Amino acid sequence: MSTTTPVRIGPERSGTPEPARPDASSGRTARGPFGPRQLAASLPEALRKLDPRVLVKAPVMFVVAVGSVLTSVLAVTDPGDWFGWAITAWLWLTVLFANLAEAVAEGRGRAQADTLRRARTDAVARRLTADGEEEIPGTALRIGDRVVCEAGDLIPGDGDVVEGVASVDESAITGESAPVIRESGGDRCAVTGGTKVLSDRIVVSVTTKPGETFIDRMISLVEGAARQKTPNEIALNILLASLTVIFLLAVVTLQPFAVYAGAEQSLIVLSALLVCLIPTTIGALLSAIGIAGMDRLVQRNVLATSGRAVEAAGDVSTLLLDKTGTITLGNRQAAEFIPVRDASIGELADAAQLSSLADETPEGRSIVVLAAAEERYGLRERHEGELAHAEWVPFTAGTRMSGVDVDGVSVRKGAAASVTGWVREHGGHVGEEVHGITGRISEAGGTPLVVARRDADGARVLGVVHLKDVVKDGIRERFAALRRMGITTVMITGDNPLTAKAIAAEAGVDDFLAEATPEDKMALIKREQAGGKLVAMTGDGTNDAPALAQADVGVAMNTGTSAAKEAGNMVDLDSDPTKLIDIVEIGKQLLITRGALTTFSLANDIAKYFAIIPAMFTAAYPGLDKLNVMALSTPESAILSAVVFNALIIIALVPLALRGVRYRPIEADKLLRRNLGIYGLGGLIAPFLGIKIIDLLISLIPGIG
Amino acid sequence: MNQTTADVLQISALAAALALVHRPLGDYMAAVYTSRRHLRPERWIYRCVGADPDAEMRWPAYLRGVLAFSAVSLLFLYAMQRFQDRLPMSLGFEPISPDQAFNTAASFTSNTNWQSYAGESAMGHLTQTGGLAVQNFLSAAVGMAVALALVRGFARSRTGELGNFWSDLVRGTVRILTPVSVLAAVVLVATGAIQNFASPHEVQTLSGGGQHISGGAVASQEAIKNLGTNGGGFFNANSAHPFENPTGVSNLLEMFLLLVIPFSLPRTFGKLVGSVRQGYAIAAAMGVIWFAGVIAVTVTEYAHPGSASQLAGAAMEGKETRFGEGGSSLFAVSTTMTSTGSVNSFHDSYSGLSGGVLMLGMMLGEIAPGGVGSGLYGMLMMAVIAVFVAGLMVGRTPEYLGKKIGTRQIKLAACYLLVTPSLVLGGTALAMGLGDGEAAMTNTGAHGFSEVLYAYTSGSNNNGSAFAGFGADTPFLNTSIGLCMLLGRFLPMVFVLALAGSLARQSPVPETAGTLRTGKPLFTGLLVGAALIISGLTFFPALALGPLAEGLV
Repeated sequence: MSTTTPVRIGPERSGTPEPARPDASSGRTARGPFGPRQLAASLPEALRKLDPRVLVKAPVMFVVAVGSVLTSVLAVTDPGDWFGWAITAWLWLTVLFANLAEAVAEGRGRAQADTLRRARTDAVARRLTADGEEEIPGTALRIGDRVVCEAGDLIPGDGDVVEGVASVDESAITGESAPVIRESGGDRCAVTGGTKVLSDRIVVSVTTKPGETFIDRMISLVEGAARQKTPNEIALNILLASLTVIFLLAVVTLQPFAVYAGAEQSLIVLSALLVCLIPTTIGALLSAIGIAGMDRLVQRNVLATSGRAVEAAGDVSTLLLDKTGTITLGNRQAAEFIPVRDASIGELADAAQLSSLADETPEGRSIVVLAAAEERYGLRERHEGELAHAEWVPFTAGTRMSGVDVDGVSVRKGAAASVTGWVREHGGHVGEEVHGITGRISEAGGTPLVVARRDADGARVLGVVHLKDVVKDGIRERFAALRRMGITTVMITGDNPLTAKAIAAEAGVDDFLAEATPEDKMALIKREQAGGKLVAMTGDGTNDAPALAQADVGVAMNTGTSAAKEAGNMVDLDSDPTKLIDIVEIGKQLLITRGALTTFSLANDIAKYFAIIPAMFTAAYPGLDKLNVMALSTPESAILSAVVFNALIIIALVPLALRGVRYRPIEADKLLRRNLGIYGLGGLIAPFLGIKIIDLLISLIPGIG
Repeated sequence: MNQTTADVLQISALAAALALVHRPLGDYMAAVYTSRRHLRPERWIYRCVGADPDAEMRWPAYLRGVLAFSAVSLLFLYAMQRFQDRLPMSLGFEPISPDQAFNTAASFTSNTNWQSYAGESAMGHLTQTGGLAVQNFLSAAVGMAVALALVRGFARSRTGELGNFWSDLVRGTVRILTPVSVLAAVVLVATGAIQNFASPHEVQTLSGGGQHISGGAVASQEAIKNLGTNGGGFFNANSAHPFENPTGVSNLLEMFLLLVIPFSLPRTFGKLVGSVRQGYAIAAAMGVIWFAGVIAVTVTEYAHPGSASQLAGAAMEGKETRFGEGGSSLFAVSTTMTSTGSVNSFHDSYSGLSGGVLMLGMMLGEIAPGGVGSGLYGMLMMAVIAVFVAGLMVGRTPEYLGKKIGTRQIKLAACYLLVTPSLVLGGTALAMGLGDGEAAMTNTGAHGFSEVLYAYTSGSNNNGSAFAGFGADTPFLNTSIGLCMLLGRFLPMVFVLALAGSLARQSPVPETAGTLRTGKPLFTGLLVGAALIISGLTFFPALALGPLAEGLV
């Protein structure tokens, strides 16, 4: 027996199951407010990142750090120069702010990792051997070992149930406190190390090595330890590095020109100019943007095995969506009562409700609800207990109908063939009309349930209940939004083409794959990819695994098999297939944030030139004072203002980097125009205002202005 | 007709002619480069050089062709100048000095045509016509070939093949440059340009002094010098010389010639990538910058303060009265923005700010519309950068014409972007730091600095025009500017061809509503903005100490 105590994920996750959980549609993106406290808490980590071995990984900030060292040396050699000290201080602050941005982003992940780590206890495993079982530490397990877990045990490692069925508490990883059933065979056989068996006994075959379990991977992911630069981030880094080289060149070559002009510049001024020109804003925030992007997924309870997958999500042009659970609610529901000619609708509704009271299936309940909700039938909600002498006939696979016998009256409801059979058996007549109605409902993709009543007058059919798939609220609008984003949606269903077509039309998907087999899915993905499209899909079964692996973005449901989880590059802990849409948006948001801040950073340079160049050369060429359009008070103040602005803008933009630029599902052109307006034009204007304000403040300091 | 009306009419006439001709010419060029047929003279040439014109080349092979051919051209030109005295029709001129011969050879093979010599007093007929004028054709055809290779990179998929360099080179020369320049030369002769192999005439001037009047194959060189965006004049005075550019009509024709291929190639590009719109977006970006430059310089020149200018009605120093302010400004902007470098007025004499615009035109990397071929590939490289940043802003991995702009593509585009600023700023800084720049100046102060900056800008961007007065014939300047010209020409080609190869291998991404539309005005605006901001930011400090310091008083 395991001796470890039950594990909870942490304060925010324990207690009631729902409040702390993100609601996918609400777009919650930030965990707690971003404020001075968070900055202060991240300060030690930011200082640690001043290590040159860490700094060198971000070329832009490394150049700033080198500049800071240089000005520090110069300031020390000329300690009376307040300007040198001020520039030095602000250059160091620029580096520190960049580190702070990264540290804050990482800090958010770390909090989550800590709670996860508490779940990863060193459980004792009861390994099955040829002659009974032995107790070994969970860390000694190897792939293929079979372990026994009974009620109260922690499952010692990831694996598949090969024997038995048990209810398992998976709140440690999903935050969901309701237990789930795990059983051998089928698509519900995967168990995760660190989760707890609540009842019964299962034998688990271990599928991962210790240290590589799901929880381990999750911890390293949210901590950012496993973070590798994504392809797009690398490409952007190259562009930023080359811009840095160009500006380095522009500044280094400036000195001989300045000497000729008789306006030799101090190294402090040149360092300040360089730092202002190179794209420090985006350089400082780039890694924070990436970390925050992953973090946003984690907050939506999605784990991506790589940042590459998140980026790919932004590029997806085809979404394969399972009908059930994604497009429609999990079960069919009663939508309409259709009485036959010699029955009234009230009669039908009453009988349908009566016959369904004992029916605990979702379909049955939906009939009760529909009958009660429709006040025009003049019914009130009834309960099983109200009818004391009733004899309930439960639904069985054999009879395919359910009902009740009470006070000599029998009511039956069920599959058309069964109920009409029952009516005929009791001497009743079934008109052609019934076949007409049921045929029409089937054609429209629904399921007809026939309701019949037998009393002293004999048996007769009252009418038909139309059960249909209920398309989720708002899903049509989401698909329309996806279409505007250029994403094609394909509904995957096991239904026949007729049914599939009806639902596809109602939900507004672009295409559907009916009677889909795993092979069909695979073929569809390959066909799309051959046309250069990126495909995203969700899946949970073992037979989904090949398709999940083939898709560019494969989101496995946490309730699924370990084969599926291995094959996909993301796991949704909530097992909510609709989340695929969120994932695409997060991917896009990540790229947009990078692009927007790059544009902002570059546009900023123009104002900085107008501050610094006249400050440097007005003494030699008085005409250049015309470039001082901001009318900055003194050359020193102008240069310092630009440097201060450059540093402060990093901190000002940290919340945006963490939250991401808001994404709207609109056409690419409109999106571009909007973002160019905000970040391009904004980036052009903002520093003119910012530098002017800082200059006004600086000129207030006595002895400087 | 007042002056303004005349200038507006002149610009309109030029723009209308270009608009009229770009379509047939662009389509014709697309047909030339995709045709499967070889003309008989072309087959002779292939047999002579032993090339198989139908073999498809991957980018390294294509690049080897470009470099090998250019290296041979360089050596040939160098030798021709060094042994000029032993060649026929040398007119008795001495061999050119080693450093100047290198500079000139580099200049003509790199399509720069920077001249540190005075044509009529240094080069014999054979060197001018058989060496330099031949390179006017070939170096231009090389530029077009490289542009075509890049276009094929966008147009093709799942192949590394970029066409055949030899066939592109020969077809560009035989089917495009030669017929158009023959036609143009005939028209130029009709307007009064000269064409002979005569020895110089000695004439007695009215004041009794002697004058040495040179003749030569001027009209033919004039035609290809402009059509091929070369710029090397037969005479030192270049297109300001009445034998080269006798009238306002010939002036308009010459401007048309130097703009026509660069503005038609985007149409060829659009045809070959299957969307003419894409070509027009590129051409529009080129046109917007060019037009803005024309307006800026013309207005500045008219407004130039100073008593002499006031009297003349404009800043007429260094300009020909037969072209006037409008014809000179229009020519100056067109020649600096096309990497041509032929001049009909002295850029040195332009007001400080106008000189700055002319320099900025070159500093943009010769993309508006740029040299034949080099303008198109330069603008496409800029488009790759613009697409990358803008593409991120629409939330997708950036793609241009269905090709993803990933790590490798951005690496190559970034390297391309680095070359000319490094050469311009590095070269100028070296010359200023070592004092060689200051020694060669004819002016002092900011204007003197502008002369040096202009020289390296012109050389590195393969323009070839100069701030006249700059004494460029020193071993240091000949060598350093020569190197700038070679590196500024061939290093970018390496990156262009490598990029073309990587694009051709990709399979295309289908266009969706989420794709950035690159064939629309918004993208044109973005492209203009990207070009101006990136180059503007790079060169602003240098420009501040030269043209801005001089112009803002």
